[in-house]
Amino acid sequence: MNPQAIGKPLTRIDGRAKVTGAARYAAEFNQPNQAYAVIVSSTIGLGRITGIDPAAEHLPGVLAIISHLNAPRLPYNPHKGGIDPSYGERLHVLQDDQVRFYGQPVALVVADTLVRAERAAAALRITYDAQHPIVGPRDKQAKPIAPEADGRLEADNVRGDPEAALASAAVAVDITSDIARQNHHPMEPHATIAAWDGDRLTLWSKSQFVANEQEEIAAVFGMAPENVQVICPFVGGAFGTSLRTWPHVTLAALAARQVGRPVKLALTRRQMSFTTGHRPRTLQRMALGATRDGRLTSIIHEGTGETSRYEQFIESLTSGTDFMYSCPNVRTRYRLVPLDTGTPTYMRGPGEASGMYALETALDELAYKLGIDPIELRRRNEPRIDESTNRPFSSRSLMACYDIGAERFGWAKRTPEPQSMRDGRLLIGMGTATATYPAMQFPASARARLLADGTAEIESAASDMGPGTYTSMTQVAADTLGIPVGRVRFSLGNSDFPPAPPHGGSQTMAAVGSAIRAACLAVQDLLVERAAANPRSPAHNMGKEALEWVDGHLRRKGGAASGQSYAEIVGAAGGVPVEATVSVARDPEIDNKYSMHAFGAVFVEVSVDPDVGIARVRRALGAYGAGRIVNPRLARSQCLGGMIGGIGMALMEHTSLDARDGRPVNAHMAEYLLPVNLDIPDLDVLFVDEVDPHVNPLGVKGLGEVSLVGMAPAIANAVFHATGRRIHELPIRIEHLLGV
Amino acid sequence: MIPFSLQKASSVGDAIAAARAGARYIAGGTTLVDLMREEVEQPDRLVDINALPLKRLQADGDDLVIGALVTMSACAAHPDVKRLQPVISEALLEGASPQLRNLATMGGNLLQRTRCPYFRMLDAGCNKRTPDSGCSAMDGYNGNHAVLGTSSHCLATHASDVAVALVALDATMQVLGPNGERTFPVEDLFRLPGTTPHLEHTLQPGELITAIRVPGGRYAPRARYLKVRDRSSYEFAVVSAAALLDLENGVIREARIACGGVGTKPWRMRACEQALAGRPADRSSFELAARLSLAGAQARSGNKFKMELMPATIVRALELARDVP
Repeated sequence: MNPQAIGKPLTRIDGRAKVTGAARYAAEFNQPNQAYAVIVSSTIGLGRITGIDPAAEHLPGVLAIISHLNAPRLPYNPHKGGIDPSYGERLHVLQDDQVRFYGQPVALVVADTLVRAERAAAALRITYDAQHPIVGPRDKQAKPIAPEADGRLEADNVRGDPEAALASAAVAVDITSDIARQNHHPMEPHATIAAWDGDRLTLWSKSQFVANEQEEIAAVFGMAPENVQVICPFVGGAFGTSLRTWPHVTLAALAARQVGRPVKLALTRRQMSFTTGHRPRTLQRMALGATRDGRLTSIIHEGTGETSRYEQFIESLTSGTDFMYSCPNVRTRYRLVPLDTGTPTYMRGPGEASGMYALETALDELAYKLGIDPIELRRRNEPRIDESTNRPFSSRSLMACYDIGAERFGWAKRTPEPQSMRDGRLLIGMGTATATYPAMQFPASARARLLADGTAEIESAASDMGPGTYTSMTQVAADTLGIPVGRVRFSLGNSDFPPAPPHGGSQTMAAVGSAIRAACLAVQDLLVERAAANPRSPAHNMGKEALEWVDGHLRRKGGAASGQSYAEIVGAAGGVPVEATVSVARDPEIDNKYSMHAFGAVFVEVSVDPDVGIARVRRALGAYGAGRIVNPRLARSQCLGGMIGGIGMALMEHTSLDARDGRPVNAHMAEYLLPVNLDIPDLDVLFVDEVDPHVNPLGVKGLGEVSLVGMAPAIANAVFHATGRRIHELPIRIEHLLGV
Repeated sequence: MIPFSLQKASSVGDAIAAARAGARYIAGGTTLVDLMREEVEQPDRLVDINALPLKRLQADGDDLVIGALVTMSACAAHPDVKRLQPVISEALLEGASPQLRNLATMGGNLLQRTRCPYFRMLDAGCNKRTPDSGCSAMDGYNGNHAVLGTSSHCLATHASDVAVALVALDATMQVLGPNGERTFPVEDLFRLPGTTPHLEHTLQPGELITAIRVPGGRYAPRARYLKVRDRSSYEFAVVSAAALLDLENGVIREARIACGGVGTKPWRMRACEQALAGRPADRSSFELAARLSLAGAQARSGNKFKMELMPATIVRALELARDVP
């Protein structure tokens, strides 16, 4: 491959469509004769439905009111789509009278217009037998459990004797943290339009994982997956909330079948706070022991995350701690607290974002106790290998990230003493933290098709929730085929395309990019065969070994002639497009040989108003070692988004629940605070020039998650530096910083 | 949203007649439409007053006369406002978002409804929304609720920023109704919740705000509005303070202070003002006076921090006012 497009800062191929409104999102695929469904959400937090007054059925325009009283029993065949919790069973919607959490769908109103559906939903009288739910992990009645039957993560990992090492450590810190529940709250609400044609179901549905949505809905309705098609060409932000297929998709399909018309169902912003997952609140303890010269002798990380009563949502809360630093004695323990709430789900940087907060704030605390610069402390504990698996890292550029980041940020200007830096009356603090996220790669497939005009069509059931999949995949295909990006047309977001893994876990480029590369190579092989079979071709009767592709032309290896173009080869065979579909999985040997992660160093400067407790980020810098950067412009944009997400996590985002019934009290964009433009200062992004020959053929590690991880602890560390106050909760708010 | 009928008034007389017949006034609609979408407000008739000639903003000597339909944006940017009462601009620009300020009017701003979350949840008790349905905030989420002027029926704050500045400035309302014109202090527009938190203001049925008059005074420009909140824009005040100082040789002749985010209405701090009169304009005077803001304040579980933040905000606002160059 001769990179022409890869590594170039191309602008978004779909940018014009997005800003002109030509890009169509799920709720915009209106169908002829479409009806509208509105979900009626439970107004109690636990209990059972005792009655539903059918009077609303007679309101104007109402086509159906569906509840557990009249809903068909759905098969709900077993299905775990790799994104669903492995233990437990998904919510069976409208199948019984039980209310498991506040906001659970308890009825569905379908009408000929949205207003009429809303009117009837508001008029629907439902009576309940309510019980008191337990919704907080600190509630005395909340009981932690060990995660069960989990194939992916170990709940408890131990090496050495961390308790003894902590007890005998020359210097120790032992701190706790409580990180709030967050909701994803992307701009685009969840929405599904469902239309049946006999036994076939089409869903235009917001999804980061259309292949799974197809299989899940097929399983719920007991259908063959090939009879379900899911279409989602554009996603207006998601951050993980559209990875799983949530009850509203089932409800849209159910409603459409019941009323015999296409049905549109969009969630309200308020409903986005309870049935479509959330980052679980976590309670953590992090204890570190060290020698006087700053060598870690013990790490104990105990983390607990909330989950629902019916599923065990597991995230990699303690995984980073296992391998991040060199330490002979490490214990990590992960527990869950089942609560009367909906099941949490992955949210950008799942696990690591919360777990690394505990590790990196504790390390900062240790740096102060030791009187060692926080970067130097990390340097002294930089491991040579992954000590939890004894495997080498495929590549690890953490210290390089610290070096270039510190230089650019001006870390040397920092005076270490808390409250030692000021700008007028404002306290200034600088903080730093490590970021990491595993370089994952699930199996993916793609189709490449060469047309008689020499252009290429590439298809994969992938998704683009914002990172620029459309553009970056086009770059990969163009370079693999040796043609300009303008001759490649990439389509995604359709379950009829070859399946792709979840558009999450920072693996889309590694997984889908590898599949596209392989599909392009495979189609080249087919074209070689065609050319070889063609008596009029210069390549007639020649083997693949004797030929090479140069700039989109097939020629004799080392030959001087320009060779045959794609158009010529396809045209010579009658113009019938040539296509190849290929699936690619990571070589399992690589997983056994290497520990593969992206790393980053984050630097933040905050100001804290000592009178009224306002903390603001003044500038921030993220330096990342994430393998090859396919498109620097998109990569920078993605990192900015992650860093902004980290600002939200550190200083604003929290879904507050009313302890009496579990209702979110800030289920509104005016009250669920996210950073606005004025909160985002100068952000800087640097990439280490990292070549990783092991991780995958493209050498990419992914950026989506690692760019959020590390931001919150860097901010908390900067707040400590500014104020001398260690805040043990996120988000850090005014009330925590009064009187500093 | 519940279907409703909308008529457009072409004269003040039309509008008042429509309101007497049961219609609700709508201007920018930034509160009303939002609440109608959530079915918290359920009017069946609206009368659109945007065509009425109430959009003038003019200086009358040192006084400002602000038409009720002047948008927040227009008022904030008006040269006479910036010249005579820059604190009004400052308070306006701290409110809402640019998009909302472009639509929202000065009269509507004063009548905006509370941000107590339970007010917007039809499945929660709220005495302000539904009389005698109970106050969910009392023993539920009350982190951003009032500590002054509360009752056992309601803890909700009034959300306006500019109202805080207007109350400090002794601004007056001009209203026109079936019984003619009335003028009264902005401060008297707002009612305490008592046992009837659903009654929020003192306008009579059919009365229409036509203008706000801000008396000129010796305060400007030594007047500042400080809004304390967790994000920099598009968030209601956790605590805010408008502080006005009349100084002579570093000594306070007169001070005016009003606070937002702490009271069930924009809260004038008269005890603090009196304590400042004749004192040097220094931090210890400010701190001493600010402590008096706590007289009668009562916190619940979630908003205890406001007992510390309120005086701190007042002190800081007074410093900002004093330090105006």
